[in-house]
Amino acid sequence: MPTSLVDADLILALDIGTISTRAILFDVVEGRYRFLGAGATPTTADAPAGDISEGVRRALDQLEEITGRRLLGPDGQLAIPALPDGTGVDACVATVSVGPPIRVVAIGLLEDISAESARNLAATTYAEVLETFSLNDKRMTATRLDTLLNLRPDLIVVAGGAEGGASESVINLLEAVGLACYVLPREQRPEVLFAGNSALVRSVKDTLGNLASVHVAPNVRPSLDIEQLAPAQPALSQVFRQVRARQMRGIAEIDRWTGNRLTPTATAFGRTIRFISKEYAQTHKGVLGIDVGASSTTVAAGYAGDLTLSIYTQLGLGSSLPQMLRLCKLEDIQRWLPVEISNNELLDYMYNKAAYPANLPLGPIELAIEQALACQAAHLAVRQAMKAYPSALPRVLPEFLPLFEPIIASGSAFTHTPTRGQALLMLLNALQPTGITTLAMDRNNLAAVLGAAAAVAPVLTVQSLDSTNFLNLCTVISPVGQAPFGAPILRIRLTTEDKHETNREVKYGTLEVIKLPAGQSGTLQLTPLHRFDIGLGGAGRGGSLKVIGGTLGVVIDARGRPLRFSADPGRRREMHKKWQALFEA
Amino acid sequence: MMHASITHILAGTSFRRERLLPMNGRVVVRRGQLVSPIDVVAEAVLSPEHLLLDIARGLDTSAGEADRLLQCKAGDEVGEGDILAGRLGIGRRVVRAPYPGRVMVAGEGQVLLQLDGQPQELKAGYPGLVVDQIGERGVIIETTGALIQGVWGNGHINYGLLSTQTATPDALLTVEQLDVSLRGTVIFGGICRDEQVLRAAEDLPVRGMVLASMDSALVPLALRLNYPIVLIEGFGHLPLNTQAYKLLASSERREAAINAEPWNRLAGTRPEVILAAPSQAARPLHVTGTDFSPGQTVRVVSRPYQGQVGTLAALQPGLSRLPSGLSAPSADVRLENGETVLIPLANLEILI
Repeated sequence: MPTSLVDADLILALDIGTISTRAILFDVVEGRYRFLGAGATPTTADAPAGDISEGVRRALDQLEEITGRRLLGPDGQLAIPALPDGTGVDACVATVSVGPPIRVVAIGLLEDISAESARNLAATTYAEVLETFSLNDKRMTATRLDTLLNLRPDLIVVAGGAEGGASESVINLLEAVGLACYVLPREQRPEVLFAGNSALVRSVKDTLGNLASVHVAPNVRPSLDIEQLAPAQPALSQVFRQVRARQMRGIAEIDRWTGNRLTPTATAFGRTIRFISKEYAQTHKGVLGIDVGASSTTVAAGYAGDLTLSIYTQLGLGSSLPQMLRLCKLEDIQRWLPVEISNNELLDYMYNKAAYPANLPLGPIELAIEQALACQAAHLAVRQAMKAYPSALPRVLPEFLPLFEPIIASGSAFTHTPTRGQALLMLLNALQPTGITTLAMDRNNLAAVLGAAAAVAPVLTVQSLDSTNFLNLCTVISPVGQAPFGAPILRIRLTTEDKHETNREVKYGTLEVIKLPAGQSGTLQLTPLHRFDIGLGGAGRGGSLKVIGGTLGVVIDARGRPLRFSADPGRRREMHKKWQALFEA
Repeated sequence: MMHASITHILAGTSFRRERLLPMNGRVVVRRGQLVSPIDVVAEAVLSPEHLLLDIARGLDTSAGEADRLLQCKAGDEVGEGDILAGRLGIGRRVVRAPYPGRVMVAGEGQVLLQLDGQPQELKAGYPGLVVDQIGERGVIIETTGALIQGVWGNGHINYGLLSTQTATPDALLTVEQLDVSLRGTVIFGGICRDEQVLRAAEDLPVRGMVLASMDSALVPLALRLNYPIVLIEGFGHLPLNTQAYKLLASSERREAAINAEPWNRLAGTRPEVILAAPSQAARPLHVTGTDFSPGQTVRVVSRPYQGQVGTLAALQPGLSRLPSGLSAPSADVRLENGETVLIPLANLEILI
């Protein structure tokens, strides 16, 4: 029987990624959820299996072997709830990221307002917006119809009409959608998600109801100056599930196991970041989560319970890798490399990796390339995501990353590095945080499944957000300002609990580490020089604060913002090696 | 055990391939028919154009009245100038079809006309026998011959006699090799690093090109060319694996069919080269999934051993530490040069 604290004892979490499928089992031991074990196998969405449930069953076989528990019933199905003989689990949650981006056409009244909100909503799941229709474009209905038939979208996201300001224009824009659905065979018709003026729901359903599957979400643009994406995201997740179930065998079965709560991995990841941001509301800073995966890069920023979720399917490290070059040049990737590789070699590597996305870096050169690619993906994603952050967020300067506490990295590009120092350096280079923040690592890549679990077992989520799963890498101090390289810009005194003092004068252009054993607390006294800003209330303002030691102590990134590298490639590579060596010591 | 991916390099096999339109169209071959790779098996107007005609405005009347005056209904085929709506008789106002097409919707004062368009053709892609028809979308073709699966293709289909232009698995293909005697052939080259080679082959023209590898910088050009290109190993300076090399090098003047469709793992399609072979040598293709086990012939698909073939000597228990510092399920692979190397299973595929 479940304990009084929890809704279900034995919880199975499935994580179906592009490369691998994991099955993770949690149970309640002495009133707390404990991780019992995990099984992992390659995802089997690809031919010849072509059915994700095969990979899930293989992962469950491993899990059964590891934990000694039987999970599948005699019929081969997951037993939920558990059978009297103990076979099965009390609940199952699952996240999914495998599959191509769903193809979306966005529709809104005005290009820069509701149509943009429709696009922004689509960007909160694994989607590619192929086209936008709005009143601004003067295409005839028949031309729009041809565009829809040509593009064959999986989903049409419709926004428009402020609350209380009904507009027939939205209905007129749907004429082409209705005709497209009429012309297309039923199995090829797009799903339609209406997230506009709630007063128009009936008209939309009357217009499309018999032709298309219409889903309704709260208005993403309730007024001209307010965009609210979060309330519409559950409906979007539901549509995503339906589209994926149509595209991939096995999705519908796993969705049934979860009680129709199969969640896009990025959505679930965002849920965890939002949850943590509530816990950190007193810091008056946001919480940033970054997950670089094979199918996409996800950036989730939470502010006291509000979430901005951005998913970049063109920034995955798998089959879409060459698409990254639509957003940057090879030289932009080269700048993160500590080894000498020609642009041709780098490009060849990207194309070969796209052909074999599951490949692991065998040697140090391949590892350096993979880390540079992950770094660039994270860098591009965060720079793009920042544009949507509220202007009221505390920040040192508008062009830099706002102040976050903490920053959490997920995805094997960060969590499976041979050393923690490599992960830290990738994060510092890619995100370039400002002020003072904690960098943490979702070391078991559980953030997403914990987000999915929040729906059925919130206690599991709460109890798992600890250092067992979220490793404190370090507290990083990143001063922002102007000074000649080599000039002192910050004085630091770290006093540990046992009154041991470390004093340091940090010079501009350097990266420094002060040892503070993991878990041990200390007090930092910070005195910026040359009016450098460390996020303590303005330029030149210092102060003292308590810190807890992370795996890599306290790090001072005084290399400047934005990071600038030597134009001489050899010198730049030497700098990278020097920084890496700093964390290996 | 870890599920393994498979690449086929087979001297003689028989296998079936689905050839499908993205939507319903018209299948133009029949069951039992022999087809060549460039024969059209089905066709459809994939990007139809439409006209939405405002009948009510054309007749200067209400929508309801216009509906009563409709002279066509959904599904009707109409020719240019055919009357769509209006009262019949001399001097009466009518609305005529501006182009030939098909009435898709008629009502509420409007007519949606789908214009006759040029159908797009689906080629067979493989030489063989049409063994089944899949509704109005396509067919299943059974083919027999040597099969070599590739890593990348530029989307085209063709066939011709194979002409070997590489003396070793890692020879560079040069412009000087492409003389007029190669016109109409499928070139088997080694490595291509020069865009002039690709352009010269188009000028000849050739019917196709099978390469071990190619500079990735040539991808945009390769995609614009009108003959099929298949890469067996991938991108960069990668020699051809010995199995594929022996098979191709011994197939001079044999008919080679190239289906250079992109590798889509979800859909189960990948670029393939089929060399004509006597059917009695064929054994059915193994298509089910399999696990890694010692004794299998494997190919390494990542640097620094990319393209090398070997024998899986032993599966390592648990996770092995790689030179990169990462830990992963791995195997000892005895390469053809006698060297035994540790390779993560994720970087191996079974050659069958």
